[in-house]
Amino acid sequence: MSIDWPTLLPLVFAGLMGVAILLYVILDGFDLGIGILFAAADTDDKDTMIASIGPFWDANETWLVLAVGLLLVAFPIAHGVILTALYLPVFLLLVGLILRGVAFDFRAKVPIHRKHRWDRMFFIGSLLAALAQGYMLGIYVLGLQQGIAAMLFAALVALCLAAAYAAMGSAWLIYKAEGDLQQKAVFWLRRTLVFTAAGMAAVSAATPLASPRIFEKWFTLPEIVWLAPLPIAALGLFLWLWRMCVHLPGHEDEHSLKPFIVLSAIFALGFGGLAYSFYPYVVPDRMTIWEAAAATESLAVILIGTAFVLPIILGYTVYAYRVFGGKAGDLTYD
Amino acid sequence: MDPLLLSRIQFAANISFHILFPAITISLGWVLLYFKLQYNRTGEHAWMRAYFTFVKVFALSFALGVVSGVTMSFQFGTNWPGFMEKVGNIAGPLLAYEVLTAFFLEAVFLGIMLFGFRRVSNRVHTLATFLVAFGTTMSAFWILALNSWMHTPAGFEMRDGVAYPTSWFEIVFNPSFPWRLVHMLLASGLTAAFLVAGFSALRYVLGDRSASMWKALKTGVALGAILIPLQIFAGDQHGLNTLEHQPAKVAAMEANWETRGNVPLVLFAIPDEEARENRFEIAVPNVASIILKHSPSGVVPGLNDFEGEHPPVAPVFYAFRIMVGVGIAMLVISWVAAFYLFRRKVLPNWVAYSLVPMGLSGWVAVLAGWYVTEIGRQPWLVTGVLRTGEAVGPVTGGQVALSLAGYLALYAVLLFVYLGVLVYMAVKASKEGDEEPDPAVKDRPLDQPVEAEA
Repeated sequence: MSIDWPTLLPLVFAGLMGVAILLYVILDGFDLGIGILFAAADTDDKDTMIASIGPFWDANETWLVLAVGLLLVAFPIAHGVILTALYLPVFLLLVGLILRGVAFDFRAKVPIHRKHRWDRMFFIGSLLAALAQGYMLGIYVLGLQQGIAAMLFAALVALCLAAAYAAMGSAWLIYKAEGDLQQKAVFWLRRTLVFTAAGMAAVSAATPLASPRIFEKWFTLPEIVWLAPLPIAALGLFLWLWRMCVHLPGHEDEHSLKPFIVLSAIFALGFGGLAYSFYPYVVPDRMTIWEAAAATESLAVILIGTAFVLPIILGYTVYAYRVFGGKAGDLTYD
Repeated sequence: MDPLLLSRIQFAANISFHILFPAITISLGWVLLYFKLQYNRTGEHAWMRAYFTFVKVFALSFALGVVSGVTMSFQFGTNWPGFMEKVGNIAGPLLAYEVLTAFFLEAVFLGIMLFGFRRVSNRVHTLATFLVAFGTTMSAFWILALNSWMHTPAGFEMRDGVAYPTSWFEIVFNPSFPWRLVHMLLASGLTAAFLVAGFSALRYVLGDRSASMWKALKTGVALGAILIPLQIFAGDQHGLNTLEHQPAKVAAMEANWETRGNVPLVLFAIPDEEARENRFEIAVPNVASIILKHSPSGVVPGLNDFEGEHPPVAPVFYAFRIMVGVGIAMLVISWVAAFYLFRRKVLPNWVAYSLVPMGLSGWVAVLAGWYVTEIGRQPWLVTGVLRTGEAVGPVTGGQVALSLAGYLALYAVLLFVYLGVLVYMAVKASKEGDEEPDPAVKDRPLDQPVEAEA
């Protein structure tokens, strides 16, 4: 492999796309999780829960637009192959995102007696979007197979991803909420954590079994030695987080951000494992990132813009999180 | 079930639904900035009140625009993979720049604009309002660059059936881009102007005589009255540009079947594509030649030059007449309303009542205009490069039928609810007038006018 632009650029864009997906999963993960937790929340809690994500959800969802946008612009052929294979789950994902996005806004503007209707839409939309994403992940992990076994596996991943998002939502609430709601969030986190772990285990087991190539990438010497820390670290973080739940919420709200950070780290580890498994393919075992890439001159033009703009985006995203820092109860809409 | 036809209907439904909301937000953002700057200048809280009323309209429209826009971006892959495979090298960077320069900017600062009034300084809040308005406009810039390129492609070469860029300047500033951008931005300005005017007129009709109602009403009417003559001029120029680059489209707009001189302006007709003639035609002699060629005997290309290669005539022909008709209604009503409001300093009831339904006139004109330009492009997706039929993906008709039914039902419900909530917000605003709500009430989003921070 020689180091020249046609080799390097698709690699850079695969990396950027990976970062965008990971940021999306973490950031919109807690938004979607809040929506899923609506099922278990009291009416009084819901306004606080919404307030905890109000200023952020739109920007969070934009990472999905960027990730799909990068797939679209950097790997146009793969984009078509993947999205046509996942036609119906993509449709359900979009319906979920639409319902959730509008319910969020409508619930604050409709007459008060119609509010609960939009709360239910917010829950349904969030759950649908999470399930659809999990289903798509499941099918993708199996190399875009269609069939009963693949569908059942994908359905399992769908449930676990929804639980994982709910865990993210709980962790976010532990950080943003106080008192009773915070207590509940700790309880929710413990329940959803179990399914999160099960889902990650299922995906970790299925991925190498579905593809001999991936099996070989993991289970040969010396790879297995330097890859072993990845699952061990994930397991360790899970146990640490599980134990942490017993002591939360801490004295004077100590450690309230920790569960969110630990959970994000777990997501990042799982994501890193997947990325390692699939590299260098963008369509599993069928199309490499170089086969799917757009023209070098087009990628170069996008990269120039990205190099300037991405730091700025990250900068003002951090700024927005700081402006709306602190407990969600403090958030007023004026 | 034909996946191509269904995919086309689905794309048309998606884009039609989507365009409604950017058409509002692109310009409503600038109107909000105007309210904010007036408040900063005068300190009158009625301006801030107007801001808070319409920032809610903005938030709602923006949310619908975002969710339908995300749907649009997925459509390329799910239904039209051939598009990106063939021209992805050109479309890709333009779409990427939209996301990078516009999408994130507006998404992040929207939070500060909507919820940050007490959290940041007045100056930062004004800046956030500006950045959101600027971001939506940048969005329009990139999307229209791509759309115009599909109409009048330039700055590329074909290698092995795939388009490669040769000049980004020529790609972005392709021949139809400048007029298309101006035409769309003015259309958005008019949509927002009439929405603000119609919303405020509804409050007036409901008995609201508050200062914030008057300020918003005057702003909307003045903006509409100023922009509509500009739009008529820009539309005419855009038409001449289309005649130069896409003559088949203009021939369909005019239902002009034969290339000839002394072409009449067809006011009404039923174009018959089978017989290739117009039935029940009412026309003014020579006027089309005068408009298009600035001479009564000017030869205008007819549809006979493009047989088998021209767009379906009837929808383009009708849509064009609807757009022009709405434009004329906008001209008359905004000028009459401006005359009464600014000269006579009164608002007769009949003027208020006619402004209310005109609140959505921008939508009708924008949709009609888009149908003229987009149906008028057929059978090409990218003129001379890619036919619409070549871009469709391997999805089955059944799948598309299912998703299409889902989208249509969802869009119908959302449109209904959106309009319902607009009316509800107008009713609520008309009851509240300029009254200052109890500052202790925190659960009413964006209602409370507050003093600016130092």
